[in-house]
Amino acid sequence: MTRKDRIAEPWGTRTPYAAGEEWPVRVDTHLEEGLEAGEVDRWVQTASILHSNGDALDIAVKDDRIVGVRGRAVDRVNHGRLGPKDLYGWQANSSPDRLTKPLIRKNGKLVETDWDTAMDRVVGRTKDLLEEQGASAIGFYTTGQLFAEEYYTLGLVAHGGLGTNHVDGNTRLCTATAAAALKESFASDGQPGSYTDIDHADVIALYGHNMAETQTVLWMRVLDRLAGPNPPKIICVDPRLTPVARAATVHLAPRPGTNVALMNGLLHEIIGNGWVDREYIEAHAVGFSELEKRVKDYPPTVVSEICDVPEELIREAASVIGHAERLLSTVLQGFYQSNQATAAAVQVNNVNIIRGMLGRPGCGILQMNGQPTAQNTRECGADGDFPAFRHWSNDAHVKDLAKVWNVDPMAIPHQSPPTHVMQMMRYVEDGSIRMLWVSGTNPAVSLPELQRVRSILSQDRLFLVVQDIFLSETAQLADVVLPAATWGEKTGTFTNVDRTVHLSEKAVDPPEDAKPDLDIFLDYARRLDLRDKDGEPLVKWHDPESAFEAWKECTRGRPCDYTGMTYDKLRGGSGIQWPCNEENPDGTAHICKDGKFWSDPEYCESYGRDLVTGAPLEPAEYKAMNPDGKAISRQPTTCRRMSYPAGTFRCSSSPAGPSTISTPGPRRAGRRSFRPQHRRCGWRCRRPTPPCTGSARVTSPGSPRRGDRWKRR
Amino acid sequence: MKLGLVLHELHRSENDLAHELFQASERHRVDHEIYHLGRDLAKWSQQHVREIAGIGKSYGQDLDPEPEGEFPLAKRVREKGSELLGRHSAPGLLLLRDLRGIYMKASGVSADWEMLAQAAQGVKHTDLLEVTERCHPETLRQVRWANAMLKVESTQILIS
Repeated sequence: MTRKDRIAEPWGTRTPYAAGEEWPVRVDTHLEEGLEAGEVDRWVQTASILHSNGDALDIAVKDDRIVGVRGRAVDRVNHGRLGPKDLYGWQANSSPDRLTKPLIRKNGKLVETDWDTAMDRVVGRTKDLLEEQGASAIGFYTTGQLFAEEYYTLGLVAHGGLGTNHVDGNTRLCTATAAAALKESFASDGQPGSYTDIDHADVIALYGHNMAETQTVLWMRVLDRLAGPNPPKIICVDPRLTPVARAATVHLAPRPGTNVALMNGLLHEIIGNGWVDREYIEAHAVGFSELEKRVKDYPPTVVSEICDVPEELIREAASVIGHAERLLSTVLQGFYQSNQATAAAVQVNNVNIIRGMLGRPGCGILQMNGQPTAQNTRECGADGDFPAFRHWSNDAHVKDLAKVWNVDPMAIPHQSPPTHVMQMMRYVEDGSIRMLWVSGTNPAVSLPELQRVRSILSQDRLFLVVQDIFLSETAQLADVVLPAATWGEKTGTFTNVDRTVHLSEKAVDPPEDAKPDLDIFLDYARRLDLRDKDGEPLVKWHDPESAFEAWKECTRGRPCDYTGMTYDKLRGGSGIQWPCNEENPDGTAHICKDGKFWSDPEYCESYGRDLVTGAPLEPAEYKAMNPDGKAISRQPTTCRRMSYPAGTFRCSSSPAGPSTISTPGPRRAGRRSFRPQHRRCGWRCRRPTPPCTGSARVTSPGSPRRGDRWKRR
Repeated sequence: MKLGLVLHELHRSENDLAHELFQASERHRVDHEIYHLGRDLAKWSQQHVREIAGIGKSYGQDLDPEPEGEFPLAKRVREKGSELLGRHSAPGLLLLRDLRGIYMKASGVSADWEMLAQAAQGVKHTDLLEVTERCHPETLRQVRWANAMLKVESTQILIS
């Protein structure tokens, strides 16, 4: 048991190891003051829900209270280690500010009530709206912090039951770029990397990823490699001198907003020096010649001026990456929440693609997530995607989903991608969405254009339902507030960045009348009496395990195949990486093996989007570009620049376009001014967490604003 | 040879498309995607105007390389109008009309570029061909953008 102050020493003591060796175990524990491990009544298995790393841990319970945590030594993710958030964050569960009773608005004030009254009001309003306008009047906005079972149930109720297209998660604000970049390059979500790649890599390149602060346990793994024999070389791209930058072999500190130019420069050097795997590209990728042409205009001399990075450093970094034998690339907010986010993240994918560094130990990409269960929001159809990475614009996929749900394919709206949250807010503003159900997130604090958003959410004509564990700023505007249970008080599964699925078991009861989110969604479906096409109840499960079994069926044959897992299998041992099925009963460390991708036109999740306009590619265009399901070397068109005050930056000497503030990634409207810190995207537990984000932060450009001329109630 | 005529017509229609994109963007200032993308895509057309004026000289055309500008006051009025009407659903129909207009105009421009490229190839004028190769793909992206936005917006606007 560690006795160290882990706030002062977030990464703890070193356990050095060499390339190819197993990462040594180090079990971290924190118990309430004065309590010894022997006095604990029971240990309950779970994983951390305070960040995306997925650190497995056991909750210590004494007298039906959570009294501490201990890292799980057997788990592949953390080998027993815990980060500062894991060690101390659980204390917020017993906060006196928790919501304990449903609330409804009476005479302008929120007052306590019982579940029947609250749910009847929600269900009554739903039925009225369905009759008056149809499902287009109802929207759902969820989070990155519920469990897979809950998202899947929400997705079914919303898409298949009510038939609304308006479903999104706050993952849209967080690391939507990760999913977007994977879809551009590999035509499907799914992480082409594994944490074990750190054990094997000889070069680790971190792009806008301050891993030391955002994924502390993963950084312990890197530090232990660095302390061991034959340590990897570290490339750090970050304008700040972060702990990662201090540990780096080469640190590139570009001017904020110039990531794409920098990536173009690195690719220019890598391609120009022939450090590419031509055979791999020929066999497994499309689009290389366009990429080659594009980056030709970005020699280090030009890039150096755009990015304010010394030429020789660009050459040196490119040489390190170019000579890597096992290259791991990781990306986070410094790229995701900066100018041309998707384009920059896609260029990182391109580095690994053209070097043939995918699908084997040490060779991978980690397009990081931010929130702990963001991967599940994406997988389960609770954000802008369909369940199990089905493609909304592929009729066969919709038909298949309708079969799983036993509904008519026409019952599932699929005329356009599911509505993103900023568009939903616009529909609430123009009065065409009249009921919004917000679960586990706080848009009145986390969305851009706060004054406008708060004014939108305050309208009398909007029926706002908020399901949360605290009376958040959004909940204070609600018509009905539903008190939810959180981690440790309910059972479910969730998936981390490297596709590892963990079971999180209930350790203690939720406070008073608070209920698990799953129970709330199930109750809603039951009260609405949602039916499938044979007149049977639409939602055929009643608890977490039966929901998991249903979710497994939905994933059969899809990239995120869960069919080989059960709650029992997830109990006791380590988390398991999907795809896990008959062929891979113990899960799969590496996808993209042997240059095989999920990008076949009939199978893939996405045809990609125009990286400037955001328009989705049409099926015919995609089929013409990539008929054989290869990886796609996408590239942005031109480099765009952030505007700088006069005198700090001269545009004239470089060939890039006019200096403009813009983020030409897909769904740009939603992307352009998101808050860069995690706590701003609505963390359920408002604990004093360090900012979860990577690095380069750029100020948001001005966007249209409206006065708060509609009074709040 | 009638290439000058086509260039003349294209110069006019690219200016027109830029104008349409700017105006639509201002009329829907409260819609982020329309507002920001509209302005960015209008600038593509303005760049095309410059290119056409440049190559036009070789075909006896004296075309203004400076794209038609905007009147700041009218812009402000349109933007303010959008904000004032933001809580009403009626402007939704105007949005569909504007997107349809952009789609039609951009499609017309695209057809002009197509003709020009065919002719340039026929007479082996590589300079002109290069201009069409630079500009036409962007016009097609403008068309696809308008089409994609129509797909996204029309359902909600027409059924609610």
